[in-house]
Amino acid sequence: MLLTDFIIFVLSLWVGFEVISKVPATLHTPLMSAANSIHGIVLAGAIVIAATADNVVGYILAFVAVAFAAMNVVGGYVVTGRMLKMFKRRTAPAPASDASVSGKVAA
Amino acid sequence: MSGTFNTVIQLIYLAAASCFVLGLHLMNTPATARRGNQVSVAGMVAAIAATGALVIHEGQISATGWVVIGAGVLVGGGLGLYAARTVKMTAMPQLVSIFNAVGGGAAALVAIRDYMTLGSQVAASTSVTTLLDVIIGSVTFSGSIIAAGKLQGMITSAPVTFPGARIGNLLLAATAVGVGAYVIASPSMIGLGVVIAAALIFGVSMVMPIGGADMPVVISLLNAFTGTAVAMAGFVINNTALIIAGALVGASGGILTKLMADAMNRSIPNIMLGGFGSGDAVVAVAGPAGAGVQSIAADDAAIQLAYASKVIIVPGYGLAAAQAQHEVAALADLLESRGVEVSYAIHPVAGRMPGHMNVLLAEANVPYPLLKEMDEINPEFARTDVSLVIGANDVTNPAARRPGTAISGMPILDVDAAKSIIVIKRSMSHGYAGIDNELYTNPKTSMFFADAKKGLAELTASVKTLVG
Repeated sequence: MLLTDFIIFVLSLWVGFEVISKVPATLHTPLMSAANSIHGIVLAGAIVIAATADNVVGYILAFVAVAFAAMNVVGGYVVTGRMLKMFKRRTAPAPASDASVSGKVAA
Repeated sequence: MSGTFNTVIQLIYLAAASCFVLGLHLMNTPATARRGNQVSVAGMVAAIAATGALVIHEGQISATGWVVIGAGVLVGGGLGLYAARTVKMTAMPQLVSIFNAVGGGAAALVAIRDYMTLGSQVAASTSVTTLLDVIIGSVTFSGSIIAAGKLQGMITSAPVTFPGARIGNLLLAATAVGVGAYVIASPSMIGLGVVIAAALIFGVSMVMPIGGADMPVVISLLNAFTGTAVAMAGFVINNTALIIAGALVGASGGILTKLMADAMNRSIPNIMLGGFGSGDAVVAVAGPAGAGVQSIAADDAAIQLAYASKVIIVPGYGLAAAQAQHEVAALADLLESRGVEVSYAIHPVAGRMPGHMNVLLAEANVPYPLLKEMDEINPEFARTDVSLVIGANDVTNPAARRPGTAISGMPILDVDAAKSIIVIKRSMSHGYAGIDNELYTNPKTSMFFADAKKGLAELTASVKTLVG
């Protein structure tokens, strides 16, 4: 069981390296924020410990864990979305030089 | 029956993990990045729903357990939502740090709770990952809070060091690992408490000596830590979704840490041990005009800009600190409307976290194709009339090309290849490397001494009067 988990862990690291090294610097902040949201999956872990809790200490720990994880996952995704919405090729009121700019981009 | 159910849950976890990978993959271009985020959200919703179903299926959860989960989600989710909606783009690094802190904290709590329940009943191999989760999660929790405090300015961004700090850190690390090994062998709650305390203090003492300018590296590293802690939590509760997601984040944090450290010409141990440079808090050590420095008035700078055919703007840390992204965009728009070709040269460590400058400029409605990475823009400086450097220092210093200086070998922007250079800066003070910037004494360079925000507004006004 542990060995299988370990294999999954190591292979996932390699997948991560492979996928992320292609992300351009322009998107590094949203990338980090997106990665941040993904580790909000710890909410699943928090739910599991809430399910097995049977005393006050257990419930308190579970509550803090669930609240922390929920903040992480909700906030992370919302703020990533907010950032990505701002990335535009060209804003609506295009200035006169628009043609020359897009020409340059294509070049 | 139970076997089938478990298989279904595992397959949903697999689908969720695939969504995370695909989501990150779609972040390769700004055009698909939003879809990437949505795919990632879908995976997350599926994984959480599956976990809920699993918990119900196992039938162990009490009514109080449900209340705890509901209340936690409402409180935490509400706070997260509010923070995410209201945060200013300049404060993004702090928010990412806070999310890092709570993620790491949650991962540590999962392991702590597991240890309390099972104690000696589990195999030593599981206890190793449990203790790793507790240690890494606690370090991330306190370290990220300190990093956020430094970024917010609540804690001084200058490095805080005292004699014996390194030895103290080593002792703390040794305590956490040593006692950790002991409590694996013979379970003890007091021992676990010692481990947690040592790890929390280590997190604080690890980040305190690091200067403000090194924050991009620290945030990336803490991000990698959280990912690893979450993966360890996956080992603890034997949940593959957590292992895969945690490993992905660990890898991304690791890559960004390496990229940032390379771009600053520092090794990661060098940054973590501190003791070089003094962060961003350096205020005017030298007077405004030293030997061989020519200063320029707003009107003269405006003439150069308005009659240029190609201008490259080099925004740096000072622009982010002065929150001048809207002012720079206004000036660029004005110049573009006169037919000047304007682009932005973005050094990898511009801003306070990886890619931060791009987000700030995107917020100011600068189209992303105008934001050029270092390798792409460097050849263009030679056919540029004016390089406008705003609050960037070490990343423009030609001394980096020579051996024997504090920044030798650091990749820089070839700003000095332009026909003329205008630098907007408050004073002649040093960057974090603490050395003179040879760009400022270049005969082609004129210094416009002003705060980035005010200086840019003045320049825009002057260009406007000039061209009527």
